Amino acid sequence: MIRIPNAEIWDLHCHFSGVEGKTVDERIAQLMVYADRMNVDRLVFFMGWPWSTNPDPDEFRRQNDQVIQALTHWQDRAFGFAYLNPMYVEESLAEIDRCIANGPLVGIKLWVSRRCRDEEVDEIINKTAELKGVIYQHTWLKVSGNRETESTPEDLAKLASRHPGVPLICGHTGGDWERGIRAIQNHPNVSIGIGGSDPTAGFVEMAVRELGAERILYGSDIGGRSFSSQLAKVFGAEIPEAAKHLILGQNLKTMMTPILKSKGIQF
Amino acid sequence: MITDVNVNLSRWPFRRLPHDDPAQLVRKLRTSGITSAWAGSFDGVLHKDLASVNRRTVKDCETFGDGLLIPVGSINPMLPAWKDDMRRCREDHGMKIIRLHPNYHGYKLDNPIFGELLGLAVEQNFIVQIALKMEDERVHHPLMQVEMVDTTPLKELVEQHPNSKILIINGMKGLQKNRLIELAKTGNVSFEISMLEAVGGVENVLKLIPVEILLFGSYFPFFYLESALLKMQESELGNFRSNAIFSGNAKRLLAEN
Repeated sequence: MIRIPNAEIWDLHCHFSGVEGKTVDERIAQLMVYADRMNVDRLVFFMGWPWSTNPDPDEFRRQNDQVIQALTHWQDRAFGFAYLNPMYVEESLAEIDRCIANGPLVGIKLWVSRRCRDEEVDEIINKTAELKGVIYQHTWLKVSGNRETESTPEDLAKLASRHPGVPLICGHTGGDWERGIRAIQNHPNVSIGIGGSDPTAGFVEMAVRELGAERILYGSDIGGRSFSSQLAKVFGAEIPEAAKHLILGQNLKTMMTPILKSKGIQF
Repeated sequence: MITDVNVNLSRWPFRRLPHDDPAQLVRKLRTSGITSAWAGSFDGVLHKDLASVNRRTVKDCETFGDGLLIPVGSINPMLPAWKDDMRRCREDHGMKIIRLHPNYHGYKLDNPIFGELLGLAVEQNFIVQIALKMEDERVHHPLMQVEMVDTTPLKELVEQHPNSKILIINGMKGLQKNRLIELAKTGNVSFEISMLEAVGGVENVLKLIPVEILLFGSYFPFFYLESALLKMQESELGNFRSNAIFSGNAKRLLAEN
């Protein structure tokens, strides 16, 4: 048995895939069984199903409703981010009002419908930041070529330079983490999400060396990924125990504290 | 008792890895509870002098392993004298396991030379490990993009060699469900868990294939060793299935050879 560090574990990156279940309630209940086995305390969910890479407003509202429904019975453990599409800026702003300002969600997820370097994204960032919401931007650097509208860590660096006071999360660290880490290194408002890639040894060690442990967030990308392979990146890293505690939960908790407090959510 | 059937010595060509020194590697394996490790070499992926690679693998296993490391020979049938390399693995080094990298060595499994190799492996009583990939294709070096091995021809070849013993390594993430089931039904093909993904991956894959052909593999030191170990905790397996995956199946496979 692996000794699981005596740390609070907050998982930044969870979906409702990988388990059976006709309803979102059935699915989250099953996922919590696995979370219990791995001592994961808190989980952040975003996007419903089936997945849509360029959802129209009706579709992202429907998916956010799934997330809101899932949280209903798990308010003590689960949080949710609103899935938005920056191709529909006005409707995305309205969705922030509906789900974050007037609803239970505490951040936003931007996926692959528009590159985040585009200035049209700025209004969404500003409004989320006003509400102290957490901002998660998917990024990848595929050697075989990204989707045309898929953001890279360099795109996020451009966004970060336009919003130097807003905390941003570089989802997947660009997948190709050796490049992703260096691409966002000089933007202290950017943290990396380490989930959703293979558990390649050396990833977290390099991130701690180049960014500092305070800018690294554990997340899994379940259910397509396992908790195991993603937790292993932290458990197995040759870094101090204190750094592991930060990465596994403390950093995300710190990042989410302002909005959780403002919404009166217990944590 | 834990047998790890997917460990590599030497260095990954594109990055230094923590624990890629043999003494450190063995220390980490021991402190993590691994009692036996089938150790091939990263050098087997790109080097041409595989006789030398195999000699170094054996020497490292003897020098640093203290009984923990079982050497796995690297064979590339696209190189001259590959049959002699196989003979040396068996006769000079007493190896029982060989490891293939068809995609990095430039042949597909429907190449007749692979069938010939499989026949020789049966004659010489080798377990044949086939590595389907070494790294997520999306993050390959731009000058070295290598597709995952296509296992489509494998079922028919295994049927032609009913005594063959094949262990697919680094395959569980990209292998399609129907192919996995088809190969499992042959009874000659086993799998390891290093690249098995999704929540509860091990318990869920056992709904598709029998436990007798699933082995513990970590792909250490390329992957964090903890990944495979934690997968065994994430799934609810019970003692019988855990013991079979952790060591029983590997021991049985090796004892048959």
